[in-house]
Amino acid sequence: MAAAPDPAAQAGRGFALPPRLRLVLKRVALALPALFGVIVVSFLLTRALPGDPAAYFAGPAADEASIAQIRAALGLDKSLPEQFLVYLGDLMRLDLGRSISTGQPVAEELARRLPASLELTLTALTLSTLIAVPLGIAAAARQGTWVDHACRALVTAGVSLPTFFTGIALVYVFYYHLGWAPSPLGRLDFLYLPPEPVTGFYVIDAALAGDWETMRGALAQLALPAVTLALFTLAPLARMARAAMLEALSSDYVRTARAAGLTPGKVLFGVAFSNAMLPVVTTLGMVFSFTLGANVLVEKVFAWPGIGSYAVEALVVSDYAAVQGFVLAMAVLFVLLNLLIDVIYTLIDPRTRSA
Amino acid sequence: MAGSRGFLSHAGYVLRDNPVTGFAFAMFLLLILAAVFGPALAPWDPLETNAARALQPPSAAHWFGTDNLGRDVFSRVLVATRLDLMISVSAVALSFCIGAAMGAAAGYWGGWTDAVTGRLIDTIMAFPLFVLAMGIVAALGNTIENIIYATAIINLPFYARVARAEVSIRREAGFAQAARLAGNSDFRVLAFHIFPNALPPMMVQLSLNMGWAILNAAGLSFIGLGVRPPTPEWGIMVAEGANFIVSGEWWLAIFPGLALMLAVFTFNLLGDGLRDMVDPRRRT
Repeated sequence: MAAAPDPAAQAGRGFALPPRLRLVLKRVALALPALFGVIVVSFLLTRALPGDPAAYFAGPAADEASIAQIRAALGLDKSLPEQFLVYLGDLMRLDLGRSISTGQPVAEELARRLPASLELTLTALTLSTLIAVPLGIAAAARQGTWVDHACRALVTAGVSLPTFFTGIALVYVFYYHLGWAPSPLGRLDFLYLPPEPVTGFYVIDAALAGDWETMRGALAQLALPAVTLALFTLAPLARMARAAMLEALSSDYVRTARAAGLTPGKVLFGVAFSNAMLPVVTTLGMVFSFTLGANVLVEKVFAWPGIGSYAVEALVVSDYAAVQGFVLAMAVLFVLLNLLIDVIYTLIDPRTRSA
Repeated sequence: MAGSRGFLSHAGYVLRDNPVTGFAFAMFLLLILAAVFGPALAPWDPLETNAARALQPPSAAHWFGTDNLGRDVFSRVLVATRLDLMISVSAVALSFCIGAAMGAAAGYWGGWTDAVTGRLIDTIMAFPLFVLAMGIVAALGNTIENIIYATAIINLPFYARVARAEVSIRREAGFAQAARLAGNSDFRVLAFHIFPNALPPMMVQLSLNMGWAILNAAGLSFIGLGVRPPTPEWGIMVAEGANFIVSGEWWLAIFPGLALMLAVFTFNLLGDGLRDMVDPRRRT
């Protein structure tokens, strides 16, 4: 793979860009090889179908002539590099092929279902960050106390929990036993009509429409799957927050800050925190990888109509175009999320703070 | 022999100092016993259906109750241990061998070996790993072997990275240079002098990854890939039991789920314990 050109360096020669913007552009350029690799692997996966794809798409009753016809129609009679160019062209037009089971274009269905997945994933990540980061900080600041022990117990238990099992256990307790949660079937109970789509997130859309009853319904449906996913992502985040905070607190700059007479609160939140957040933000990339995978399992448990359950349904009926479209969409989403993390990292890094 | 006695006494010290690690070793032995003798010990035939005793809650005869076809859940959970461990052990062994070889070569020779390995690892890591495993199984075909290959591929980067880092810091170490001066070929230096020294941190990674590999394989079978019913396997049993949880028959899904959790928990604790033995500084 050729090294990506560095637009930041080129741009820097013409006119002076602010150093932070240059770093951000460099990050964008570094994401391009990853994107290319993802596309190549996706292409190879679509061409690695078991048996002859043409015969598969033609159906069991097809004869030699019609299989050859379909092979030509699919472009499978061309060489592999040629096929790759055709594949790239299709991607440019956002054409991921057609799902065999529903007959709909895969890209359209993925786009329609994506907001449901994003609503679930983002809620879960927000929830777990809000719990994990303060917990990690508290555990590091009061090392060896009960907060620290609670944090460690949670972290060890958290990484051992299979997401789908947590989900099922929560359904049993909160739906069957306590009756607090609605039935685990989708984003909204039959009683409500989906709100007017603006963002595609039911909770926000209902709030925008001023329909508080629907918003409450959507929140109730969202609660259990989001908590399930959050429990899964809590452990790596809390672990990293604690470790990073411990390292920052034992560093020379914190000792200097203490010696200079800063208050403990200022040392903890002003000096240590801003440096400790860097490794935590880096961990977010790995956490996203796990979350997007766990998302599929949680969506299956709660019949959540996102892209994960779409892929699971497609897998069961061997709907390859749908599955490969899903894998590519998830990978592109992941590359973009990582890019976003890198950009945030560059922006919050105290060392890049311009004078 | 002094070295090995030193290690054993150190291991004994760690076990005494940290009873949790001792507990993890005990659990590990129990898992191995269940995997080896499970089918012989199971009180009922895990595949034998009996409509007359369907969906019975746990009792003295059926410790974990019976499922919707009247099969004994305890026997199925016990028998499933072998298959679940077999899938994850083969996947981890496969990716350990390939990843260690790739990473060691990249760390020792650098240059294009390093570039190719790095690119490959970056490309794998550019995917959400579980999603990549789904795509691989979908492309290769829905069988248990392909679950193993897919799990091996998504674990590869972790071993390759550890091996590369551990080999490259020892490449110019005194003992490696001495071996080279004594006339050993590069391959011999790498395989018989550097690699054995890089092994302990890799074993820690192995144990920590094993839990993750079990989770991944069970997750794949939970969404209906690889293992076919009526084969007893923890992931698929949780998936089948999930349909009965909303009507209150909890034992179908909870017991296989607990077994799965216990297995993952054991390997994670074991990994932490091994890390303490190998490198006390990294203790958390």
